[in-house]
Amino acid sequence: MISIQNEDFSLGDEYAAIRTRAGDAGAIVTFTGLVREIYGDDNTAAAVQSLTLEHYPGMTEKCLKDIQLKAEDRWPLLATRIIHRVGELYSHDQIVLVATVSAHRHAAFESAEFVMDYLKSEAPFWKKQKSKNESSWIESRDTDKEALDRWQKS
Amino acid sequence: MLNIQYFASIREALNRSEEELELPRDVKSVQALIDYLVSANPHFEAVFIGDGDRKAGKVLVAVNQTIVDRKHLLSQNDEVAFFPPMTGG
Repeated sequence: MISIQNEDFSLGDEYAAIRTRAGDAGAIVTFTGLVREIYGDDNTAAAVQSLTLEHYPGMTEKCLKDIQLKAEDRWPLLATRIIHRVGELYSHDQIVLVATVSAHRHAAFESAEFVMDYLKSEAPFWKKQKSKNESSWIESRDTDKEALDRWQKS
Repeated sequence: MLNIQYFASIREALNRSEEELELPRDVKSVQALIDYLVSANPHFEAVFIGDGDRKAGKVLVAVNQTIVDRKHLLSQNDEVAFFPPMTGG
């Protein structure tokens, strides 16, 4: 199940819902991504006002569905849940949730990481950070692309 | 009609988010469309061609919501989107 939404989510509610859907699960892994203070040092961190998440409606849902199907092809998953927020977010806000359910922990751990790695490089989301005086688009990082390599090798 | 959409830094640099375009007869590929757009809008050049090709590589293209390369052939009524590398998650 996939959601793109402005609203926050409750990890507790999502966990309860996926546990109900999970059937005879032995392992549930949940990953929550948070908005960091983008400038590290204390003086400027306060200056970062917000992060705006833009996406490509239609393609986003299609991409996330593809990623979910790839994960389900690769591991014996009983349920998957992806939530990605869009719009304006602030430091420490929740931004993304991935939950994977399987009979055994390895499949649940690995598939959650796989979904996150693909989501970061292949789903059409873009982050713009705003501080008091300026706003700028966050550049993609090579390390995010490199994270995909190991999934392609094995 | 071709529907063309622009996102994020590309949308801001071009100052437009969407346009409709009758696919010109000699425009067959994504690259030909880019060349056409640049010739019709000289300020597009900085985004699509860039200086020393550095920026040009940073524009991704999707046709009908799937990422394609610039050799991809276009059809009438395609939805084409231009955007920078993704930064979600």
